[in-house]
Amino acid sequence: MRILTIDTSAVASAALLSFDADDPAAPTLVEAEFATADTRSHAEVLAPGVLSLFADPVTEGPALDAIVVGVGPGPFTGLRSGIAMARTLAFAWKVPLHGLMSLEALAWDVLSGLRSGTCQDAGTGSGPASAVPRIVGGHDAGAGLPPSAGGDFVVATDARRNEVYWARYSAVGELLEGPVVGAAAAIQGIPVHGAGAGLYARELAANGCAVDPATAGLQPTARSLGIMAARKIQRGQTVGDTAPLYLRESDAKVPGPRKRAL
Amino acid sequence: MSQANPLILGIESSCDETGVGLVRGTELLANTVSSSMEEHVRFGGVIPEIASRAHLDAFVPTLEQALADAGVDLDDVDAIAVTSGPGLAGALMVGVSAAKALALATGKPLYAINHLVAHVGVGLLEESIAPASHAEALPEDLGALLVSGGHTEILRVRSIAQDVELLGATIDDAAGEAFDKVARLLGLAYPGGPAIDKLARDGNARAIRFPRGLTVPKYMGTVDAPGPHRYDFSFSGLKTAVARCVEGYEARGETVPVADVAASFQEAVLDVITAKAVLACLENGITTLLLGGGVAANSRLRELARERTAADGITLLVPKLSLCTDNGAMVAALGAQLVMKGVAPSDLAFAPDSSMPVSSISL
Ligand SMILES: [Zn+2]
Repeated sequence: MRILTIDTSAVASAALLSFDADDPAAPTLVEAEFATADTRSHAEVLAPGVLSLFADPVTEGPALDAIVVGVGPGPFTGLRSGIAMARTLAFAWKVPLHGLMSLEALAWDVLSGLRSGTCQDAGTGSGPASAVPRIVGGHDAGAGLPPSAGGDFVVATDARRNEVYWARYSAVGELLEGPVVGAAAAIQGIPVHGAGAGLYARELAANGCAVDPATAGLQPTARSLGIMAARKIQRGQTVGDTAPLYLRESDAKVPGPRKRAL
Repeated sequence: MSQANPLILGIESSCDETGVGLVRGTELLANTVSSSMEEHVRFGGVIPEIASRAHLDAFVPTLEQALADAGVDLDDVDAIAVTSGPGLAGALMVGVSAAKALALATGKPLYAINHLVAHVGVGLLEESIAPASHAEALPEDLGALLVSGGHTEILRVRSIAQDVELLGATIDDAAGEAFDKVARLLGLAYPGGPAIDKLARDGNARAIRFPRGLTVPKYMGTVDAPGPHRYDFSFSGLKTAVARCVEGYEARGETVPVADVAASFQEAVLDVITAKAVLACLENGITTLLLGGGVAANSRLRELARERTAADGITLLVPKLSLCTDNGAMVAALGAQLVMKGVAPSDLAFAPDSSMPVSSISL
């Protein structure tokens, strides 16, 4: 199976991955990937980034088996740019489309990084697209079990307005709680990973949360999201739809009645 | 690509309408619009975040419908055109991302287009305005008066694909926005334009003398020494004046004569708009004026514009309403002109520009 993944919940990123859909133990090949370092240039960089993954998108696109897009949570405008891109590519290429919660990408980074001790390598890729194939996954061949993070953990990203988007996972990568948006202070007594942890490291430490400097800058990437999507597909689990996870209402307020001058 | 008669797909998402249009040369094939207007009613104005959310969900269905309406396949399209500004930043981003996806998926050229110039380009789609005998061209010495909830401008169009100049614009609220705010003040429904237009027919436009913004000599100057805002508009002072007036009636315990207030307010807006548009035409050698934007639906605007242009020998062109309001066909029409003139397509790395100037016809 060959899939294109896109995530714009924080940075703008995209990846092309292939894997054996029927074998839960088979590794995932990251054929090409692209990710920015900053969180505010999606409009400019996303399309050229996706383009750079292909030798010829016009012929390769329709041959893809699926497109998977990160559906957030994340700042709205950036998040929508990735979902609009993915939905429209899927329409134009007539390719199946799925959505996956973006924090899943960070969960993969934590699971794989803690196991191999290479968190730094786990997905903050920046700069131009890498066309060098890399084999990842392939964890404990034959067992079909995900790597273990040692215990429950939380992943968090920047939700702006002094809040984080976060979700709690089990040691084997099962989503236990979230995604939710709120103050970092609400998270207590659990290891916290991701850029959201880095931003509020002091507050989290005060609440008994361990913050690992190796993961405290991590942002969700299409590469890691794609590996999580591959794992789900290999296990016959359903991948969701592309409805964005805004988690916040629009700020619009219904105006009150006008004060009369009496 | 057929450069003589290209098939263009146009995408519009600058405000609350998700529009996809298909145009072949100057022939209109489809004009599909999905509006989130209803979702803004309870707020009394367009809420950008709500509009952006609606664009995301409306885009693919609107595209599918437009292709079906035109009876063409995506593969048949020669180029894609998209509004890149001016407009609401978050709303523009959805259409631009989708348009880039179409361009990269199909390998077709993409044109990032100015929304205001596209309002003028729509004139090409109407035979009454750009007859085939004129070699599918817009009239020479063309001006445009654009009035909507998002913009109020006077343009001079020397060449739709190459040379458009902003003569005047609002320095604060758009005219349509003033209609919405005053409608709310008078307890009328959103959108305010149609509600005030209707109510004003029963009122006396001379009952209350509301201020005409930026019309005093220090702003107007003279032909030879034009003031700083000779062709510009301002509606925020007028809105405040209406509020004071309504409060005055209430403070005195009198019933507010809503029809008179509506008629007098409407007259104040449209008097300035039409007077300045005609002045700009006369002083800039413009002999044909095209009306665009949603407020072109206002019956009093059409009436005043007709009277005043006729009095000065200016030809007034009013496209049908579905082409005056924001739509994808106007974007496609301008895209076709750019292709026919051999203008280079946009780079995939362009960013939407919420304050894109009219001098920038494409990016
Ligand atoms: Zn408009």
